[in-house]
Amino acid sequence: MMSTAFPLMANSGAAAASSTSKTNEHTPAMTTSGANTLRMKVTKLNFYYGKNHALHNVSMDVATNKVTAMIGPSGCGKSTLLRTLNRMHETLRHTRLEGEIALDGVDILTLDVTKLRRMVGMVFQKPNPFPKSIYDNVAYGLRINGYKGRLDDAVEKSLRRAALWDEVKDKLQKSAYALSGGQQQRLCIARALAVDPEVLLLDEPCSALDPVNTAKIEELLFELKPSCTLVIVTHNMQQAARVSDSTAFMLNGDLIEFSPTGHMFTTPSDPRTEAYITGRFG
Amino acid sequence: MERHFERSLEELKERLLWMGSLAERAVHQAVHSVLDADDKLAQVVLNEENAINELQIEIDDRVVQLLALQQLMAADLRFVLAIARINNDLERIADQAVNIAHSATRIVRHPRVKPYVDLPRMGELAEKMMRDSLDSLVRRDIELARSVLARDDQVDQLRDQIFRELLSYMMGDSSVVFPAFELILVAKNLERIADHATNVAEDVIYMVAGSDVRHPAVDRNPA
Repeated sequence: MMSTAFPLMANSGAAAASSTSKTNEHTPAMTTSGANTLRMKVTKLNFYYGKNHALHNVSMDVATNKVTAMIGPSGCGKSTLLRTLNRMHETLRHTRLEGEIALDGVDILTLDVTKLRRMVGMVFQKPNPFPKSIYDNVAYGLRINGYKGRLDDAVEKSLRRAALWDEVKDKLQKSAYALSGGQQQRLCIARALAVDPEVLLLDEPCSALDPVNTAKIEELLFELKPSCTLVIVTHNMQQAARVSDSTAFMLNGDLIEFSPTGHMFTTPSDPRTEAYITGRFG
Repeated sequence: MERHFERSLEELKERLLWMGSLAERAVHQAVHSVLDADDKLAQVVLNEENAINELQIEIDDRVVQLLALQQLMAADLRFVLAIARINNDLERIADQAVNIAHSATRIVRHPRVKPYVDLPRMGELAEKMMRDSLDSLVRRDIELARSVLARDDQVDQLRDQIFRELLSYMMGDSSVVFPAFELILVAKNLERIADHATNVAEDVIYMVAGSDVRHPAVDRNPA
């Protein structure tokens, strides 16, 4: 799976963290995601911020080339869960993870974290382009990974994939900060795509955007699906309904329900899910 | 900017139009099974009922999915609502065709009561109304839809004419009561088909123009 264009990526993995599993089972109301293959698999994940037990025995599948959405009220643990998928939680102190997260069957705790974050990219809520030109924003990841191909072609490819090329092709050397908010977010997506990730994690990618740019990002997700697996956290459940194939509803650190999106938003299995999506709480 | 759900809307319309074509064919075959005393043709109509029912369920499922997942607004919302209503009308039209086919299987056992004059005319009118209402959906043609509404009275008058005529036959000859009664039912079924075609036309007008033209007597702006 690893591209030969990235010779600096090492195969050696970091020491695995302990992966004790809880003895008491907590099985959320899960129905089949309807996927034929799985790209990532979360198994009995428990997560702690210090003493705070933030995620309780969460198990979830991420289907290949599909959009998996996570919804739930503020503080339910959806962003926490998202961040574990590429070990971004390790940038925080006093966190602890138990359980297993696998990427294509391999425990991500055994992978080199830099390699992991190339394979599982992330886009954040607030667009955060580098203080560089548009071109250099996209090229940066390619350069530090020792990309051997034609940089111009790779940059153009990423910008096209992010549906941004036509808007910026004549001003690639301009500062990324000259772009609008929606364009900056698409630039961040292009930057993440430049290193050919297997999975793209998006943490409320549209919450800082207006409806028009939100729609553009949502359409972009559809275009990316055939070549990328997407996981999106959103506090906008209508967005989850529009864009995702499977949806996970979380509440107070528990995965309450995980099912095909069409099922979740028409006939949810759990009354708490029903209460949330009908706006009766949260 | 084209949205990804537009494909789903297009597919929904395609499935509905397919259902419409099946219902149209069912009506045509059912009417001719009566006019031609063709028991085999009546059986064809009866055998195809399930396919139309399955389509109704499929289309309803698609409507629910679209409404739940896409938060449709304005013209898209009216479109899906109209499709949902037309779906029901088409299924009812198919039911009426089945009823006509059942009548045909019973009528064939008896000699013809009288030459058919008004019944084929009524059948043609009802079929044309149905075809035009579906065409108005395809072409988004409000004027064509309105023309369907204008023809309903004609069908009603034919139904009354047929009823009066057959009643007089029944009163004059008790041996024709049974087949004559079935023919009255056929006329009633055709009148209902025309009513449903009218409903379809009304839904098209709502879909295209946002105007609810049902029940003109209702005061939509009460003081």
